[in-house]
Formats: sequence, structure tokens, C-alpha cells
Amino acid sequence: MSQVILEVKNLKKHFPIKKGIISYKQVGTVKAVDDISFTLEKGETLGLVGESGCGKSTTGRCILRLLEPTAGQIIFNGQDITKLDKSKMRLLRKDIQIIFQDPYASLNPRLTVGDMIAEPMRNFKIGTKKTQEKRVRELLEIVGLSAYHASRYPHEFSGGQRQRIGIARALSVDPQLIVCDEPVSALDVSIQAQVINLLKDLQKEFNLTLLFIAHDLSVVKHISDRVAVMYLGKIVELANYKNLYREPMHPYSQALLSAIPIPNPKLKKSRIILEGDVPSPTNPPSGCNFHTRCPKATDICKVESPVLKEKKVSHLVACHNLDN
Amino acid sequence: MKTTKSVNINPQPVLNNTQEKVGGLWQDVIKRLKKNKIAMFGAFIIGILLFTAVFAPFLSPHDPENGILTDRQQPPSSKYLLGTDSQGRDVLSRIIHGAGISVQIGVISVGIALIVGSLMGVLAGYYGKWMDVLIMRLVDIMLAFPTILLALAIVTILGPSLKNAMIAVGIVNIPRFARIVRSSVLSVKETEYIEASKAIGCTDIQIILRHVLPNCLAPIIVQTTLTIGTAILEAAGLSFLGLGAQPPMPEWGAMLADSRGYLRQAPWSVMFPGLAIMLTVLGFNLLGDGLRDALDPRLKE
Repeated sequence: MSQVILEVKNLKKHFPIKKGIISYKQVGTVKAVDDISFTLEKGETLGLVGESGCGKSTTGRCILRLLEPTAGQIIFNGQDITKLDKSKMRLLRKDIQIIFQDPYASLNPRLTVGDMIAEPMRNFKIGTKKTQEKRVRELLEIVGLSAYHASRYPHEFSGGQRQRIGIARALSVDPQLIVCDEPVSALDVSIQAQVINLLKDLQKEFNLTLLFIAHDLSVVKHISDRVAVMYLGKIVELANYKNLYREPMHPYSQALLSAIPIPNPKLKKSRIILEGDVPSPTNPPSGCNFHTRCPKATDICKVESPVLKEKKVSHLVACHNLDN
Repeated sequence: MKTTKSVNINPQPVLNNTQEKVGGLWQDVIKRLKKNKIAMFGAFIIGILLFTAVFAPFLSPHDPENGILTDRQQPPSSKYLLGTDSQGRDVLSRIIHGAGISVQIGVISVGIALIVGSLMGVLAGYYGKWMDVLIMRLVDIMLAFPTILLALAIVTILGPSLKNAMIAVGIVNIPRFARIVRSSVLSVKETEYIEASKAIGCTDIQIILRHVLPNCLAPIIVQTTLTIGTAILEAAGLSFLGLGAQPPMPEWGAMLADSRGYLRQAPWSVMFPGLAIMLTVLGFNLLGDGLRDALDPRLKE
């Protein structure tokens, strides 16, 4: 078994909802991430899937402490990073990087591409100005751009190219872990494949660990070793990608996977269609979060929240119906 | 070692090699500004003002401060193009020398407002919470006073002189900058590239200087240009009331004050300094409006 690089334990992120003009009071909380735990091993890719608003991105941002977690531990290389102060956390950012969803919003329009990629190296005082410039040129080539692009501004590039710049920036400090926050969902399908393949190749080359957040199951399938399915702030199923795609055990995962289109018109597939909408995370249902939409819900689901348990070898599911 | 081969991916389409690469954003702005005839007229007026200010000693035909008493209240003629005032001083020469003073007032007082106001705005917008409440309530208090009244109060405390008038005009214009900088910082702060800059380990100061402020520049530039106009007007107002430039300094507002008693006998000695003030303020306002249009991306075709 290889080395565990990141361990997330009982992570919670609750956003307060405040209202009122004179007395500014908290009237509720949005439980964006509600008690999730998982581990990441060195060199692997964990896919995190779920529909919009289920807390995938919040989880990613908590791991980088771009958002302060409400509760729980994030243990990176044996160190609980939720306890680090601001300056120590800053130094640790060298090892954890992020690739953002929107390549149009995540690059500062006033900086040249070269400046942007060199900035992390300057911040962590890696190398001299000369070696930094050399590294920028190398990185641009690695991500499939050209060295002469360094003097250009982001607005001169297409979406896919911008995302490559974002990847080069994340790579510049040789991080161990990269959180990919839906890195391809803003791109065309043809470009998506290019960027995914690039990430896969880079992972092999630099022995990167990736936390790959996405809502597109086919994208996740292509890149992940293991996949975690999230629903309303909780992980409902966590398994090896083969097991999950072959035999999903949680009713929500089953419904999700049945929605993947098959490029064969002759093949008939039964599609599980979920009733209703996602409940509001401000006021999540009692018991199992999913019982309001679950086709197999029983009485216990309304009362007791299921725990994520190993139902098969390295296949964790949170569902009461599988207990017996 | 790590970077010997480039990873296999489809080749990128080569970017079209136009030469507009460095500072592309600002080039667009200048291009759009040049198309705006009214703004260019404003720029032309400001150009003349600056030229006059720099070359005043060579341009003025007479001594601006010591008049010839026998030539008092002469109407415009070939000797005195814009006439003379009650002390026999050439109005044209005084206006020419006054240009430099006006430019100085505009730049220094707006400089004070810009630096202090931006600092307050950045702190309020970036750090938020109690810092925001404290600074913005202070700004609200300043805004509660009519500007000229506040300026009067400040000059009264500091004592009447041109320097103090500039400080006063600077102080009364701080709230504008604080507000405009705060609001743009608030919107820029929420963008993903600020989050990205945190993720790559920038300190707060680096984030503010490298990422936040450069993206707030557009409204700051517009506000600066527009405020220079009002600052000149306000300083002229203070001088008119005798609290700014002291005689015999050829400041335009002070010239109005000196000559207003002779409006019937020598209307030219009041009219032309007034016209100079008006044109200068007009120039800055036209350029400021043009800049705002040029910098507003919504107007981009």
C-alpha cells in the first residue's frame, strides 16, 4: 500500500445566512459540506462527482484553505493544516495547488503569461530570475504552448490555451497535490479531451496526486483511479472507478450512472429518473439526505442518517438498504 | 531532468502574429479614445493648458505682478490683448502665469486625494468587517458637509495660503476616491484570479498591489481626470474668498476676486480669468467622460 498524502476527516463547511438591517443576525446555515472523510494516496487520482451545489468545489477550496473549514481535520503529509497559522499555511501552498474551473476568470488580465507562471516561484523564492525564466519556457512547452507566448497577455488566448496556462502556473512550484476544480467543464468537448490527456500525462511524469472535481461522469471515468459520489454535502459512495461504474450500489449513483448516454442507438438502457429537486442545503431532510428522492427509501431512512461503510472490498457506500 | 520531452497533445493553432501584444488592453482604450472627438477636444484644451504652464515666462508679453499704473483698466487693444486690470497689470500675462498655478493645484490636491483615498478604499474593501465600517463611516461624515464648507473650515484652521488651499481641496476630495476604490476592490476581490493568487502563496500586500489595484485602474483614472477639474474650481473658489492664493499671485480665482468690484468699468478683467477657469474645467471633464466611455468594456463593439 502506498503512502497516504492527504486525509480528510469529518470535514464540515457551513455558511451562515445573515439577515436584517439593524440587527444583523444569523438566521440559518447552508451546510455546503457536511461531515465528509476520505483519503488520497500518493500518485492516485480521486474523482469527486455530484450535481451542482453538492459541495464539491467547497471541499476543494477547504483543502487549500481558500475557505476556512467549519470543523474537521485535513491532514496533509501527517500535518493537520486546519491548525496552521496564515504564514505557515502560505509556505505550505507550494505543495498544494489548484486548477480553476473558469479559464477566463482565473487569470489576471493585467499580467503577462510569463509573469503569471513565474509568480508562484517568486513567492516561494525558488531559483534565480534566470532559472525562473527558463522554467517558464519549459512549462509552456510542457503544457503544449510555445516559449514565445510568455510575453503575451491572457486575452490573446483561447479557453483551452488559457486552461493550459493555469496548469503551467500550478505546476511551476512542483506541487505534490493538485486540486482540479472542474478544469474542463468550461471547455469544448474536443478541447476537454486534450486537457484531460495532458493532465494524465503530467500526472505520470511528475507523480502528481490529483483531486479531480467534476460533474461529468465520463470525464471522471477517464482520469480517476477512485471515485467519490457526493450528494448534498455528503459522500454517498466511494469506490474504485471500475467497481463504481460496473456496479454502483447507492441508489443515487445508480441514477447518476444511468444518465450517461451510450453512443449506440440500438442499445436500450433503462434510465432511472429521479423525482423532484435537490433539497435545499439550508434545510436538509432528516435522516438520509437522499430519502426524499430515493426510489428504495424505507422508514429508517427518514430517521437515521446512514454511515459510509465498506460493503465490498474498498467499496464504501452510505445506504441503509445495503446493511442486511 | 523532468522536462526533456514535451507531452504529446495536439499542436496548438499558432496565434496570429500581430504586433499589438504589449499592453494590448491599454492600446484598445487609446484607440477608442482617439475616435471620440469631444474627448480629443478636451485633451487639446489640457494640452494648451500644460504648454502654457510650462512656457509661461516666454509666452507672457508683460510682467504679471507689477502693473503700469498709468495703464489702469485699459480695454483690450493691440498692446494689451485682453486689457488690463485696476492696477494696470496685463490680464493675458496674468492668465498665462495662472495656468501653472492651476495645474499645480489640480495635480497636488488630487494627488493627496488619490493617495489617501485609494489607501482608505483598498483597506476598507479588501479587509472588510470592522475596518470597512470604520473607514466608510468616516467617509460618510466627510460627505455630510458641503465640499466648499468643509474646505473653508480646513483652510480656516490651517490659515489662508495657496498651499493650505491645496491641502483642503485634497482632503475634501478623499471620500470620492475612497468610495470608488472600495467599490471596485469589492468586485475584483471576488474574482477567481484573486483566489488563484492566494493559492500560489501571495501575501496580502502582493495581492493588493499586483492583482487588485491594477484591475481597479480604469475607474480610478476616470475619477482622477474628472476631479482635477473640480479641484481647480474649488481652489479658485477658495482664492476668490481670499483663503487661497494671496495677492499679488496671478491665480485665476484671486483675479476674479480682485476685479469683481470693477465689473462695470473693466468687464474684461473679470471675464477672461473666468473664461480660463471654465475652459480648463471643461477640458478635464470632456477628457474624463471620454476616458470613461473608452474604458467601459460594455461599449466595446
